[in-house]
Amino acid sequence: MALLTLSSPHAKGPQRTSIMMRWVIAMTLPGLLLQTLFFGWGNLHNVLWCTLVAIISEAIVLKIRKRPIGFYLNDYSAVVTAVLLGLALPPFVPWWVSLVATSFAIIFAKHLYGGMGYNPFNPAMVGYALVLVSFPVAMTTNWAMPLPLLEQPASLLETLGIIWGQVPISDALTGATPLDTYKHEIAHSLSDTVLANPIFGSGFSLGWEWVNAAFLGGGLILIALKVIPWQTPVGLLAGLAIPAAILGHDADQTAPIILHLTSGATMLGAFFIATDPVTSCTTTRGRFIYGFGIGLLTYIIRAHGSYPDAIAFAVLLMNFAAPLIDVYTQPRTYGYIDSKRGPKAKEKN
Amino acid sequence: MSTSVNATLSSKIISTRTIYDFHGGIHPEEMKTLSNQTPIVQPPIPPQLVLSLQQHIGKPSQLIVELGQRVLKGQKLADADGMISVALHAPTSGIIDRIVDHPIAHPSGESGECIILIPDGKDEWCELEPCEHYEHLSVSKIQAKVREAGVAGMGGAGFPTEVKLHPPHHDKVATLILNAAECEPYITADDRLMRERAEEVVQGMEIMAYALQPGECIIGIEDNKPEAIAALREAAKETLIEVCVIPTKYPSGGEKQIIKILTDKEVPNGQIPADIGVMCQNVGTAAAIYRAVRFGEPLISRVTTLTGEGIQQPGNVEALIGTPIDWLLSQYGFQAKKTERLIMGGPMMGFTLKHIETPIVKTTNCILAPTHKDLPPPPPAQACIRCGLCADVCPAVLLPQQLYWFSRAQEYDKAEHHNLFDCIECGACSYVCPSSIPLVQYYRHAKGEIKQQKQDQLKSDQARERFEARQFRLEREQAEKDARRKARADVAAKAQASKKAAEAEKSVDTGTEIQTDAAPEDAADTKKAAIQAALERSKEKNQAKNTSEPEELIDLEALKTAWDKTQAKLDKMHDALDDAKANNPEQVEKLTRAVEKNQMRVNQAKKAWEKASTNLKVETETKTEQDSEAEKIDIEALATALVKAQSKLDKMQDALDNAQPEQVEKLTRAVEKNKTRVNQAKQAWEEASASQTAKIEKSTEIAADTMAQPDIKALESAIEKAQSKLGKMQDALENAQPEQVEKLTKAVEKNKVRVQTAENALKAANSISATNQNGEQ
Repeated sequence: MALLTLSSPHAKGPQRTSIMMRWVIAMTLPGLLLQTLFFGWGNLHNVLWCTLVAIISEAIVLKIRKRPIGFYLNDYSAVVTAVLLGLALPPFVPWWVSLVATSFAIIFAKHLYGGMGYNPFNPAMVGYALVLVSFPVAMTTNWAMPLPLLEQPASLLETLGIIWGQVPISDALTGATPLDTYKHEIAHSLSDTVLANPIFGSGFSLGWEWVNAAFLGGGLILIALKVIPWQTPVGLLAGLAIPAAILGHDADQTAPIILHLTSGATMLGAFFIATDPVTSCTTTRGRFIYGFGIGLLTYIIRAHGSYPDAIAFAVLLMNFAAPLIDVYTQPRTYGYIDSKRGPKAKEKN
Repeated sequence: MSTSVNATLSSKIISTRTIYDFHGGIHPEEMKTLSNQTPIVQPPIPPQLVLSLQQHIGKPSQLIVELGQRVLKGQKLADADGMISVALHAPTSGIIDRIVDHPIAHPSGESGECIILIPDGKDEWCELEPCEHYEHLSVSKIQAKVREAGVAGMGGAGFPTEVKLHPPHHDKVATLILNAAECEPYITADDRLMRERAEEVVQGMEIMAYALQPGECIIGIEDNKPEAIAALREAAKETLIEVCVIPTKYPSGGEKQIIKILTDKEVPNGQIPADIGVMCQNVGTAAAIYRAVRFGEPLISRVTTLTGEGIQQPGNVEALIGTPIDWLLSQYGFQAKKTERLIMGGPMMGFTLKHIETPIVKTTNCILAPTHKDLPPPPPAQACIRCGLCADVCPAVLLPQQLYWFSRAQEYDKAEHHNLFDCIECGACSYVCPSSIPLVQYYRHAKGEIKQQKQDQLKSDQARERFEARQFRLEREQAEKDARRKARADVAAKAQASKKAAEAEKSVDTGTEIQTDAAPEDAADTKKAAIQAALERSKEKNQAKNTSEPEELIDLEALKTAWDKTQAKLDKMHDALDDAKANNPEQVEKLTRAVEKNQMRVNQAKKAWEKASTNLKVETETKTEQDSEAEKIDIEALATALVKAQSKLDKMQDALDNAQPEQVEKLTRAVEKNKTRVNQAKQAWEEASASQTAKIEKSTEIAADTMAQPDIKALESAIEKAQSKLGKMQDALENAQPEQVEKLTKAVEKNKVRVQTAENALKAANSISATNQNGEQ
């Protein structure tokens, strides 16, 4: 009889890439729900629109690359990129901005490097950075005012009309984000005065605090399921909180630590963006350093840079450093006295 | 990490030993209940037995029986070949039918030499040497009995057991461990053995302890075998053997891992457990040692698990070594149609069998016949997403992901640097990989490639050494030949000179000596004769210096001619440079570089000369003969260096000749281009000014001015620019030439000086060597 010849091991565990990706998508849904509750239909539309664009772009590129389209689409990595972009982009951003961001992310930042697993930079963040730099007005003036502060929130049709360019957006609907507001106001006011602004709700950031809490919850579940490692988010939050506590203790000069942790894309970045396995470090020690670096850079750019939310640039900068961090954080192999850190480290045993 | 474990089972001994942990590990489905519910059965005697001569680590056994010979059960068929080898015995009585190549139990599915034994059904034992009390035997006798019995490690590796019964030279055995973990899914052979024959296992361990005198004896067993734990505890209650329960985790049964768990010691890289005072044996091996010492029975059968959904009656069998697997499986309801692959071993580390007629060997602990449902075929591999789950589970604390990238990119040096050879190929990384990448296959391939590369490197190193030695020998032989030829030529020349002298004497008709009157019209001849005479004298004086002297002088002469040639070339070069003055800045630059290179070479030559001259000086002081050899070699090297410098100069000259016209062309073209540009600009300006005047006549002044003036201004500036460019180029041309030429002339001067000093050094060396020879007369 003809017997199959295969290499051991013959048993396979239950983990699958597409299952991990789907868990990531599923755990963003609570955050997406709260974003819709607090900021309107914009984010939900963007998530769906970006997903559509991502799938179509990936299919086109795979066709050009002569790869089996179904096999590669089934790993859900394009959908994850699209969902992250949909959550991160401003709710009222025009349809062509999200189109550019998503298609650039999929085609250039992912497939031109070889597809999933070969890209050195986080594709969603590459797309975000591209549109942030190329369309600054669209990216800064389309943040939604929290719904509790609006007398007449935009309906679904209105939102669609605004995004698709049919209806001009009224100024009442948009407003600066809490981080942005604090940064500009604190230059000429005291922190108490600034925090009196209704956008800060009860001392945190109205709406944003709930969204961040939801992403935090989703992220903790992902850690429990072993879909993402815990070192990167812990490192990121430490890297953001510690400098904020040390350097930003004076709330009259810079944003306080609690504002950093509850507004902007902090929790989304910590649990969903920085933990993208392909572009982050692989060693456990390295993940701490990588996460800490992102947090630190985020704090620096937020406090002293010109962008109110800096997760995208911080992640991209640390993506550069990840391979080098890996080389210097190798663990100690069984039977060796010390680990071989560095590219030319000699054995010490 | 360490946790204290108290026994929770009903037993008389409570172990309070600290259990440690190793990094990583997985928890696959155990699938043990499929085969551990029924006791061990004895299958009937198969129609033929295929006995491989290599069932162990080390050299294959040496055949000691012949074709057609009738052998008894337990009779030795093949002897151990050396220390690391194991004997082979007949599992039952019968006739040696054939000795052929037959597929053997190896992942490659290749064939090996096997004895085909046809049983006669009588199952007649040969004479055995039982011993009721092993403690009456000496340790060496026990070791001999185990060796005679052909016991090999039965956990899967097959290391000759007798070797492990010798205490290590440099240290005592601190811990003797019996590996009862059986961590792989599906396998239950050791479980049933311990349940049914716990006394044999424990007494086997006592025999081992008697031979090794360890500090402590531990049996490490996983907690998924409660009955076996109870049986062992019962059997060991009167002994000092400790039965230690460890958590179920794959691969705690790996030797390195169980040592870490029980003793918290790690086997250092490149060493064996004996180096840290630990000995590890399988429970099956312990039972075999007992039977060998107590009953004198050789290893002729073993407990093998037959399991998987492809077998209707799974369970454990006491199979005779050499039982063909197809026959064995057919005895227990093998369903060939449902089984895609046959695995010898477990699902994690077992290998697939290519031929179903492969025989059972001493290390076969399991035959797994999985159906599609049990072990589905592996899904197609996706790209590595760098999730790091593999690194989380690796028991050797490697970075499987990096090893994968390096193996795939064939960067084997980096893979080795990441400790590829510390991989125990347990398969935990492939088990967890979400992208279903066959990681262990990549590592096996990389290991094979690295080994092959090292072998090739060794071969090529040896080949190179041989080649170099041969070259050296040939050169030396050639040199000796040349020396002999020259010596003969000298003798002939001397004979000629004396002939001429004799003739001259005859013609002059005086009775003076040959040499004084042998003053021919040719000054060169006298010179030559004088030199040769001096040579002869020095030859006679220094008998030890056979072939070296004429060579030495000859080398000096050759060197002299080389110097002359070089001088001539330099003169030519100088002329060429003068020509270059007229034309080429670019070429001149190249020449400068060439001259610099030559300067360097001459520097080196000069240094070598200085060395040589100092060496010579030292010689005159110490009068050693060996230094002259070295000097000769130095001189040779210098000669070659000079010849090389010469050839370089030639090349540069040629390049100069070729390049000259090209460079000139380029420059002239550039100049012309700029000239035309200037002309065009001029024309445009003229036209513009003409049109402007016309416009002024026709239209209002203001409008015309504002429109035309910018044009004119632009044109004027364009013209100025072009003109200045042209001027610059011409300046550059003119400037370049004198500067470059200056540099070059300086360089040539320097070179000349160096040549001069070197020449002087040569002369000095010559004179010194001459005085040396004179001084030694």
